[in-house]
Amino acid sequence: MKFLDEYRDEALAQKIVDEIRRVVTKPWVLMEVCGGQTHTIVKYGIDRLLPDEIELVHGPGCPVCVTPLEMIDKAHTIAQRPDVIFCSFGDMLRVPGSDADLLVLKSRGADIRVVYSPIDCLKIARANPEKKVVFFAIGFETTAPANAMSVWQARKQRINNFSILVSHVLVPPAIGSILQSPLNRVQGFLGPGHVCTIMGYREYEPIAERFRVPIVITGFEPTDILQGALMAIQQLEAGTHEVQNQYMRVVQRDGNSVAQSLVNEVFEVCDRKWRGVGSIPKSGYRLRHEFHEYDAELLFDVKEIDTQESSTCISGLVLRGVKKPQDCPAFGKQCTPEHPLGATMVSAEGACAAYYAYGRHLQATNAPRNS
Amino acid sequence: MHPETVNVDVGALLGACPLPLTDYKQIVLAHGSGGRLSHQLIQKIVLPQFRNQFLDPLHDGAIFRLGETRVAFTADSYVVSPIFFPGGDIGSLSIHGTINDLAMCGARPLYLSASFILEEGLPMEDFWRIVQSMHAAADAAGVNLVTGDTKVVDRGKADKIFINTSGVGVVPSGINIDPARAQVGDKIIISGPVAVHGIAIMSVREGLEFETEIASDTAALNTLVDAMLATKTDIHVLRDPTRGGVTSALSEIAQSARVGMLLNEARIPISEEVKGACEILGLDPLYVANEGKLLAIVSARDIDPVLSAVKSHPLGQQAAVIGEVTRDHPGLVMMKTRIGGTRVVDMLSGEQLPRIC
Repeated sequence: MKFLDEYRDEALAQKIVDEIRRVVTKPWVLMEVCGGQTHTIVKYGIDRLLPDEIELVHGPGCPVCVTPLEMIDKAHTIAQRPDVIFCSFGDMLRVPGSDADLLVLKSRGADIRVVYSPIDCLKIARANPEKKVVFFAIGFETTAPANAMSVWQARKQRINNFSILVSHVLVPPAIGSILQSPLNRVQGFLGPGHVCTIMGYREYEPIAERFRVPIVITGFEPTDILQGALMAIQQLEAGTHEVQNQYMRVVQRDGNSVAQSLVNEVFEVCDRKWRGVGSIPKSGYRLRHEFHEYDAELLFDVKEIDTQESSTCISGLVLRGVKKPQDCPAFGKQCTPEHPLGATMVSAEGACAAYYAYGRHLQATNAPRNS
Repeated sequence: MHPETVNVDVGALLGACPLPLTDYKQIVLAHGSGGRLSHQLIQKIVLPQFRNQFLDPLHDGAIFRLGETRVAFTADSYVVSPIFFPGGDIGSLSIHGTINDLAMCGARPLYLSASFILEEGLPMEDFWRIVQSMHAAADAAGVNLVTGDTKVVDRGKADKIFINTSGVGVVPSGINIDPARAQVGDKIIISGPVAVHGIAIMSVREGLEFETEIASDTAALNTLVDAMLATKTDIHVLRDPTRGGVTSALSEIAQSARVGMLLNEARIPISEEVKGACEILGLDPLYVANEGKLLAIVSARDIDPVLSAVKSHPLGQQAAVIGEVTRDHPGLVMMKTRIGGTRVVDMLSGEQLPRIC
């Protein structure tokens, strides 16, 4: 397929792997920030192509994984109301709350729908004027413009039975939090290509400078990931710490200014809890006061819900690259893709889910590998 | 302890549900996905109640002897929505699916039954079209519909129309097709491009429009199987990769035969349109349903005549050898990826859910 197959080319991939082998002289720990990048790494077996010196740590960029339990409980409280049609991205449906997941709530009679775009919810709202349509607005800066647009359009079209439950998080504060941790092992980052498509990459420059880490804004196809890794390794070997743009065909330094201004019109920056990590200052978005009539958290009076997370689950440490999934006592035992304790076992992008499938293979073959 | 104070677990006494307490307490949609939850439901609840030599292999149908004749018997229900879709409808699908289940046992399909559950309010015109379509599909495949049933339920108690079909066929002597017969060194054939049916249905549901319409691949595979069996080779396994897709079908076979499998991603045929739709919808084509494709596992020695028989048939022109059966990692399907890496292609837990990013 045009514009995709070129980036999935075996010969090109092998050429980049050979170059990585040529330049690497010592062990390096790289973190790919995005869940989509993790997915590509697992799907194409990229970690098994890289030399043993390179360890890839799966970062906190799976929006499903980092949505805090209390926000999921809030979503479930709203979704169970008989007057509500609750809309969500697909992979959020299996994330367990304190009691159940959205699939179970659906089996108990809740009206829960998978949408590909929040704009689809406006159609649902128009078709069901007697119902309140709520969209679970999760994600990073990438999904923020479309989520903002849904609210902006709802106001413009005078749709007053639509609201969003906002659990938006931002990448740069999370990277800062990882780098400030005394347990940090990450030496270089594959930066979030789609987030930077919207936001540009100026805000990563002070991070690279302050913590002296290379950050390579990287795409999502296999050769993107490999090239991003090569660029980061070249910097590490040379002792530089710049922000580089591997994903040049999509990302510009200033990003998409139209999308940014829409996001700024609808959302404002706030402190946010991250699942397993805790609260990070100025790490998320909430609706601005002018858009409070679309804020499901206020409309359905769920602000007071405050849930504690499982004490067994170490997803927070996994998300920060401090621990590996196998280090968790519940991994593969109480916690499996069928019955995830934490969200890193739920999404195909989650580190624990990826290791679960991979680990079964390791048991079967005993093939040694570092990640 | 005084008997009155004993805390009796009533559930345990009455033969409580054997699923662990942490499992789902209600049926969720994922139990019908063909993935691991479907398996769990069958293995833990249904199978222990009925365990017998014909059911235990969990083949597409049961094979048993009546006198000297080996008979294959199968049943399937069809609940697809929308009921009319590009390339077919619920009627033709219900005939093809049951014929294919028989064909995957190596049987020549003979007689079918059809039971209809109709929702009050279904337009008569729709029912007429569906029945006509079933007639045409049965005629084309050379089978007779010989018995059936009709029930009507209140509006809202079903979704327009559900169809259950069952079928019987005869397995010719010398044919021994069984998932447990996959052997190390065998080659794996797919009869054509994958994921077409599932994407055709999803495109309609999601309102996606492509330059070329994606039409379902629904088709009766019995004549294709006839052509394969006519090669007089020893075909070990046949399976039509319906819900759960190629991955679930191969995982089941790998587990049942206690062998590993290694697929080669670059060899798996897929059309540009379906590939594009999968990219847009965030789905992995290997988990998407097919309704007119078969997987065949044959010894390396027999691969040439079988592949050539498949390719000579109109339904198998784009057939390909996509992998082989291995001694390593028994029970697991691995894949050499397009860029030369390897990964596990595991059975999905439940429905494939579109990813957020």
